[in-house]
Amino acid sequence: MAFNYDQYLRVNKMPTLWCWGCGDGVILKAVIRAIEKSGWDMDNVCVVSGIGCSGRFSSYINCNTVHTTHGRTVAYATGIKLANPKANVIVVAGDGDGLAIGGNHTIHGCRRNIDLNFILINNFIYGLTNSQTSPTTPQGMWTVSQKNGNIDPTFDACQLAIGAGASFVARETMLDPKKLEKILVKGFAHKGFSFFDIMSNCHINLGRKNKMQSAMENLEWIDSITLPLKKWEELPAEEKMNKFPTGVLREVVQPEYCDMYAQIQAAAQGKRAVLTQNDFAKKI
Amino acid sequence: MAEKMELRDVEVWDGNMAAAQALRQAQIDVVAAYPITPSTPIVENYANFLANGYIDGEFVMVESEHAAMSGCIGASAAGGRVSTATSSQGFALMVETLYQASGMRLPIVLNVVNRALASPLNVNGDHSDMYLGRDSGWIQICAFNAQDAYDLALCAFRIGEDHGIRLPVMVHQDGFMTSHTAMGVRTLTDDVAYNFVGEFKPFNAMLDFEKPVSYGVQTEEDWHFEHKARQHNDLMTKVHPKIKEVFADFKKLTGRTFNLVEGYHMEDAEVAVVAIGTAVKTAQVAVEKLRAEGVKAGVVGIRVLRPFPFNEIKAMIKNLKAVAAMDRSSPNGTVGALYNELAGVIVQMDKAPVMNNYVYGLGGRDITIAHFMAIFEDLKANAKAGKVQQPLQQFINVRGPKLSFLSQE
Repeated sequence: MAFNYDQYLRVNKMPTLWCWGCGDGVILKAVIRAIEKSGWDMDNVCVVSGIGCSGRFSSYINCNTVHTTHGRTVAYATGIKLANPKANVIVVAGDGDGLAIGGNHTIHGCRRNIDLNFILINNFIYGLTNSQTSPTTPQGMWTVSQKNGNIDPTFDACQLAIGAGASFVARETMLDPKKLEKILVKGFAHKGFSFFDIMSNCHINLGRKNKMQSAMENLEWIDSITLPLKKWEELPAEEKMNKFPTGVLREVVQPEYCDMYAQIQAAAQGKRAVLTQNDFAKKI
Repeated sequence: MAEKMELRDVEVWDGNMAAAQALRQAQIDVVAAYPITPSTPIVENYANFLANGYIDGEFVMVESEHAAMSGCIGASAAGGRVSTATSSQGFALMVETLYQASGMRLPIVLNVVNRALASPLNVNGDHSDMYLGRDSGWIQICAFNAQDAYDLALCAFRIGEDHGIRLPVMVHQDGFMTSHTAMGVRTLTDDVAYNFVGEFKPFNAMLDFEKPVSYGVQTEEDWHFEHKARQHNDLMTKVHPKIKEVFADFKKLTGRTFNLVEGYHMEDAEVAVVAIGTAVKTAQVAVEKLRAEGVKAGVVGIRVLRPFPFNEIKAMIKNLKAVAAMDRSSPNGTVGALYNELAGVIVQMDKAPVMNNYVYGLGGRDITIAHFMAIFEDLKANAKAGKVQQPLQQFINVRGPKLSFLSQE
């Protein structure tokens, strides 16, 4: 039997405001299937979204939702998770939301390794406001803010997350929803900050002037710039530069922030000794 | 050298295009901006001009509105003519830096396309963001339509950049109602517009190695008060004369008149509404109808919100019997901000009109001629009785049972 999404959606909000052929719907469905596979109770799931097309996530999914200000998703979600460490918290942000205006919060969410599931819907452009350069817009592409070609260097979101200390970092595209679902299930089960860089299309506002006017052309381009990690590793160094590896890029066990917090609470209550540098693997 | 743009005498522009054209003609050195509805097209148009060779200055799209205003502050301190645009949440994010800009006495021009503040999220127009900036030490000038947005943006550079003033200026226009509504806008040629604005003359510019300067010093109880007092002094004593002078020059050039407060049929009016933005124009249509019926009605349009034209309003409303303050922002727990401002004026009048307060148009809700007709009915009753006959504060055109507060019974 086909998967019934209705119980996970606010069906009275349908159809979505997303453009025809937009990847956001595919990602939303993959997230729903991953929630179901993870056996999460929707009453215990909180979806936090920011501003932009991806911000609509919290309008459509039928669980606890918070639609926040631009860029502040991780900050809101940190509060939610600390107040209720048992809650399963999913954060959804776009590339502008999560890497530009909210980049600072993303870094520090990763650094704390708090158990949030951060889904970066990376469509390489500010879509909702009609095509301004975002931190992931490829150099040389047309945007309304740089009509003679973008000169700003492109951001590798996963490298940022790894550098900042996220304990689970993965990249996938919306081209293969099954694979996407699997990687989401894996990341949802991971304890700590799970960072998903999900590449998606915006043929309307990225593609229209960059020779990718249809969703399919936009997706073919995404396909051309990504390949599985194993194959990527075999590439010569100069080719690696222009391709993004997909799959799980980092998965390590590290102390999770809420757990650590419970320990200092126990220390404050005299139930355990005060934490010292010896309680941590990394001593500096 | 940037190319000049051939403009028709009248162009069909919305408020965003009007503001963008004014920025182009003013020959700005640096624009640092971040997109936000509904002001995005101002910088989008500007980027278009740049890409097509009409602009010599630099344009950078940064990572947030906080960074945008910070970039503008840096560029202005370095000695450039600087401008940007924002709305709503972006404006709210800028607030910290707005105080920096005014405290450092940097004449930045900020085009604010007014929009509601979340939560709930809303992209449509109201004056919540305008009110949020009213204590920030900026000059605030309000456009009522796209023509104003063009004219006043040009005037704003002249006012703020004057070496006697050196204060940043906001030019406000209503989100969507002005920013996205096209009208015939009378234009100036590029040369005439630039000659009016004038060449930018930096004051205490950084990066002059003969004369190094510091911006953003720390002052505690020893000098902080003096700095703030001097800034307030200049706002209170120097800005209005300068605005009047610039408006007079602009009138000489274009024939278009601007005043600190725009009176409409106020010479003999007995009842009037005080409003800001597009509502002023709607109220004017209502007043025309009422005048035809023999009602001595008028409109007071606030052109300059900061510095507040206290004495000009006092003179304009001195013969009124009843007046209404129209607030397009939720006061959230008191009377409207404009009501409060006007109450400050009225309390100093020998023969004060009775005043009540209407809250209207939040989040883009319409206010129509019919609404103003009903408001004037209230005002007529108040004028006749010599006291407010309704609750002091009423919400207009909101669903559910009528909301009104501060009953005067």
